[in-house]
Amino acid sequence: MPVNFLYPEYSPQRDPERCTKCRLCERQCANRVYGFDETNGRLTIDESRCVNCHRCVAMCPTRALRIVKTDDVFRGNGNWSSAAITEIARQAASGGVLLSSMGNPRPMPVYWDNILVNASQVTNPPIDPLREPMETRTFLGAKPSGITRDASGRIVTKLPPQLTLRVPILFSAMSYGSVSYNVHACLARAAERLGTFYNTGEGGLHEDFYRYGANTIVQVASGRFGVHKDYLNAGAAIEIKMGQGAKPGIGGHLPGAKIVGDISRTRMIPEGTDAISPAPHHDIYSIEDLRQLVYSLKEATGNTKPILVKIAAVHNVAAIASGIARSGADIIAIDGFRGGTGAAPTRIRDNVGIPIELALSSVDQHLREEGIRNQVSLIAGGSIRNSADVVKAIALGADAVYIGTAALIALGCHMCRSCHSGKCNWGIATQRPELVRRLDIQQGTERLVHLISAWTYEIKEMMGGMGINAIEALRGNRLMLRGLGLNETELRILGIRHAGE
Amino acid sequence: MEQTVLGERYIACGSSGGLYPLRGTPGNALGAYLDGAEIELFGNAQDATGDTMNAGTITIHGNTGDAAGYAMRGGSIYVRGDAGYRAGIHMKAYGDTVPALVIGGRAGSFLGEYQAGGIILVLGLGCAPGAAPVGCFCGTGMHGGRIYLRTETLPADLPDQVAARRATQEDMRLIDPYLNRFCEKFHMDKTTDLGGNYYVLSPNEKSPYRMLYVYNWGQP
Repeated sequence: MPVNFLYPEYSPQRDPERCTKCRLCERQCANRVYGFDETNGRLTIDESRCVNCHRCVAMCPTRALRIVKTDDVFRGNGNWSSAAITEIARQAASGGVLLSSMGNPRPMPVYWDNILVNASQVTNPPIDPLREPMETRTFLGAKPSGITRDASGRIVTKLPPQLTLRVPILFSAMSYGSVSYNVHACLARAAERLGTFYNTGEGGLHEDFYRYGANTIVQVASGRFGVHKDYLNAGAAIEIKMGQGAKPGIGGHLPGAKIVGDISRTRMIPEGTDAISPAPHHDIYSIEDLRQLVYSLKEATGNTKPILVKIAAVHNVAAIASGIARSGADIIAIDGFRGGTGAAPTRIRDNVGIPIELALSSVDQHLREEGIRNQVSLIAGGSIRNSADVVKAIALGADAVYIGTAALIALGCHMCRSCHSGKCNWGIATQRPELVRRLDIQQGTERLVHLISAWTYEIKEMMGGMGINAIEALRGNRLMLRGLGLNETELRILGIRHAGE
Repeated sequence: MEQTVLGERYIACGSSGGLYPLRGTPGNALGAYLDGAEIELFGNAQDATGDTMNAGTITIHGNTGDAAGYAMRGGSIYVRGDAGYRAGIHMKAYGDTVPALVIGGRAGSFLGEYQAGGIILVLGLGCAPGAAPVGCFCGTGMHGGRIYLRTETLPADLPDQVAARRATQEDMRLIDPYLNRFCEKFHMDKTTDLGGNYYVLSPNEKSPYRMLYVYNWGQP
């Protein structure tokens, strides 16, 4: 029906001068944009299938392909944007809830970009990280409130279980099922080499990756997929997922079509059955109930592992975090509203939750005011894009950060935001063996190690510039930050002064 | 050796073997993540019995509180009396492990929500004639497994995606071992005590939310 027709947004362009008709593009595109007409020997293009993932562009041996935004436009309207119009058309045609992938793409304030970092001049000279030792090691876990001594007066040095990170960056939860086996292999190996941790997400832990347990955080979500005693004991820590920045307040549905083979075995559910994670944990309706789960996990693992509780950044996040800190959790992970996802209802993703910068700062300040900041470590996530974001997050009170999308981009993601289709041409958000194979585990691991190593060096340089030689001295050090173009309320919540003050 | 209990939480948490004979009232999360051990309780259990259990057996000579058998994947729970709210939510099954939650009396609301596998059996002992042995919202979001209700009266508010039918001989054959175990444990007679009509609730399809979504490729 013509009323259902939407002109394609992107169009692959082929330079006939350069094209050798090798048909590699045809073989590379799982969306079947390219075809070959045997009758006239011509290569065909169906741009309506193109998701703009750039796989063909990157693979074309003669650089004959490029993708352009089509110039078909609706009549200009500052209120009824083309997205607003096409979304209504899609829902009118289907009656469905709009489903999107990756983080909120809307142009909303990114506070990181309005925060500036300090540097030393003349007095308190900068430190040269090429020459001086710079400490980026971080310990995550509950810290004692004071010094205690035993009967003979010796200081008690036994601490609650801690995670030791060589760099204050962890790979955030992405389940096996939402991403491929090869992605998990890369994350696990890179975490081991970098001295940090990756997170299984809620899809269980593939048997091949138990050997990376010392660098693994295992997740327990409302669906409890693949959760059993060996799984809980396999990791270095356990994360209870209460929420996710991309979809606060709702659960997840991994469609049965994606529950095949190893995914089914790892999640421990039959093939073809939907993997439904209910919105709440139905055994947690209060902080007391959360405390019960926290302690049951500690009990099941002999009190040897820190327990993380991950929540989405929402309006009352500071009060919620205060409750979590009192629940016995060792680490709180806060996921901001720009956090990524394999699939989330568009309206939830784009309208629910608050930015991580404000959430993190308000949680840190609230816990300090209540005198319980030492009881928990804080991990901030939900769109950390570069080392400067890491430095700013730590200065706003984070002990470490989670990165998800950035790690996927390092692995080859081109942000086409079509993860929900399961046809990821880069072998990331797919379970098709022929596509998964495209992500080389060795190379992917190297690229992750490169990224984090580069960021770490940049972090050291910025720290050195501030005259700080240990990441612990940067944590919550808001004097090192200034706001630019922020109003009084924003500055108050961030706990920073305006540039020039 | 029988232990007297009074409110202790997490008893036998994650235990993979051995026997736990208990008398009294344990605290919450009795047998959470149970992995093969056998618990026999002479008394009433509180909330979250057998939370996320994987294998083993929990036998309760009394009632159990809310959220019994949450997300259990294997093993079995036998309750002589009633179960509270939210029993058997998100029960699942995989391969040869099929969990079973057998409730002698009646179960509260939200029984078997999001059930993805396994067998929930409510025997309705002591239930008033003409009343369903379960509360409201039984089986909401169910997409696998079976709920058996020994009753003549189905709950009035069964959701659309749950199909109910009278149990056939084949259906009864499947639960026969559980009924036998129940009778053995609680000294009952299958024919005289557990006769009568059984209903079977099963999901209409494995992907109840398949038609809920439309892909949104729109750019901001």
